[in-house]
Amino acid sequence: MSNAPKISAGERVRYKPQIYMPQMSIFWWVKDRAYVFFIIRELTSLVVAAYVILMMIQINALSQGPEAWQALTDWFATPFSIGLHIVFLILLIFHTLTWFWVAPTAMVVRIGSKKVPGSILIAGNIAMWLIISLAIGWLIVSI
Amino acid sequence: MEQTITLQVQRYIPEQYPEPYFQSYEVPLRKKWVILDALNYIKDEIDGTLTYRWSCRMGVCGSCGMMVNDRPALTCATFLEEYAPGPVRITPLDYFGIIRDLVVNTDDFMGKLKRAQPWLITDEAKPLSEGAYKQTPQEKAEYEQYSMCINCMLCYSACPVVGLEPDFVGPAAIALAQRYNYDSRDEGEDQRNEELTGEGGIYSCTLVGECSEVCPKAVDPAGAIQRYKATGAVEWWQSVLMPWKGKS
Amino acid sequence: MAAKKHNDPFWWTLFGAGGTLSAFLLPVHVALIGIAIPLGWLEAPGYESLRSLVEHPITRIYLFVLISLSLFHWAHRFRYTLYDGLMLKHLESYIMVFCYGGALAGTIITAILVITF
Repeated sequence: MSNAPKISAGERVRYKPQIYMPQMSIFWWVKDRAYVFFIIRELTSLVVAAYVILMMIQINALSQGPEAWQALTDWFATPFSIGLHIVFLILLIFHTLTWFWVAPTAMVVRIGSKKVPGSILIAGNIAMWLIISLAIGWLIVSI
Repeated sequence: MEQTITLQVQRYIPEQYPEPYFQSYEVPLRKKWVILDALNYIKDEIDGTLTYRWSCRMGVCGSCGMMVNDRPALTCATFLEEYAPGPVRITPLDYFGIIRDLVVNTDDFMGKLKRAQPWLITDEAKPLSEGAYKQTPQEKAEYEQYSMCINCMLCYSACPVVGLEPDFVGPAAIALAQRYNYDSRDEGEDQRNEELTGEGGIYSCTLVGECSEVCPKAVDPAGAIQRYKATGAVEWWQSVLMPWKGKS
Repeated sequence: MAAKKHNDPFWWTLFGAGGTLSAFLLPVHVALIGIAIPLGWLEAPGYESLRSLVEHPITRIYLFVLISLSLFHWAHRFRYTLYDGLMLKHLESYIMVFCYGGALAGTIITAILVITF
């Protein structure tokens, strides 16, 4: 560079870089498909919370008597409620599958000295999930 | 006529212009060429001022990591042909300060590595007369995967938490901490836990999982961090429920 | 900040337990009570039988644990979603009070609901 200072012989100059620090956009999570997937996974926690609050409302209605329960089940039959529950179900299944998907990374299960491969753990979890779901479903329907 | 492909390379030359900008270069699209070959072609034949790091060109030294079309990659292990017909965007590794063109500042990463204390720690050094620290193949297998890390920093550029939380120790450093935690000869786990279960440690990780996706050595830092979280949780409950079993 | 440093493993444990329980248990509840029964695919259980089911001590404990831990699952995950997705790390203490405080409030309400049922 023409404007660079002259350095005389014997003088030592330490290079001081002018470091450029790029700023992260608040929309960083749309940059990559994996990040979008991640954010959706994280937002399923909102559905988890919303649904257990709805469960609290169900328990409350049930404890208040047949009329309150009837009013709630009438609301459940509205198209809005059914649509909402379908959205909830899709996101909750997403939560379930992503949860099973990452579970083997946190836990190393051994049989003897051999590590059980992650894919077997995932399959086992899914099988257990289906069995538990059937059991709970049977309990609710058969009473 | 030889086929060509355009590389859009991010330049940053602070003495000339205060901000990064893009410059396009047309290079031959040759089979068997990796991105690094294309960069070397630019440097040798088109523009000698282009600055980037590389050394071994065989996926061992870990110095040629860059963003290729916004994904972290070792440019010596990424074929140019995969990006045909182009253009290919080459930018410095994300979330690092840029020194010049594609060269990033590694000082921060070096500091984080130190925090993880990735070296053998023993309570007492064994006298030389007692011989070597022996280890069975099974014991070695416990940590071997984590020892494959080449410090290429791709996992840092894949991790949004690294960008969002400057104090976060980051994937590679934690995987390397686990490399020693799982080593039968090591006794430094308490020391590392002290550093890594706190602020900016393992619990800052939200398991995006991309660190393991981009790792060229299949180290699986995401798995290492998850296992560390589980260990940290067990330790926490032990210290609360069984304080008498506390640390020595 | 030493106290917060110490508590992360605790919150993470609740997050993990709640994530696991909600993953295994919530979909079937939504599918049955929210979709299959209202659409008439399955016969709706009567009020009395449902009531006696919930009155059972095991059901009460089940509901309490499931609801409370699911709320803590939300609290921990959403705390980091706010930090990362909206870059709100500087509001950390407010976010923690909002998330964990909310989950705690929900836990207390659920305890009252299942005890007084």
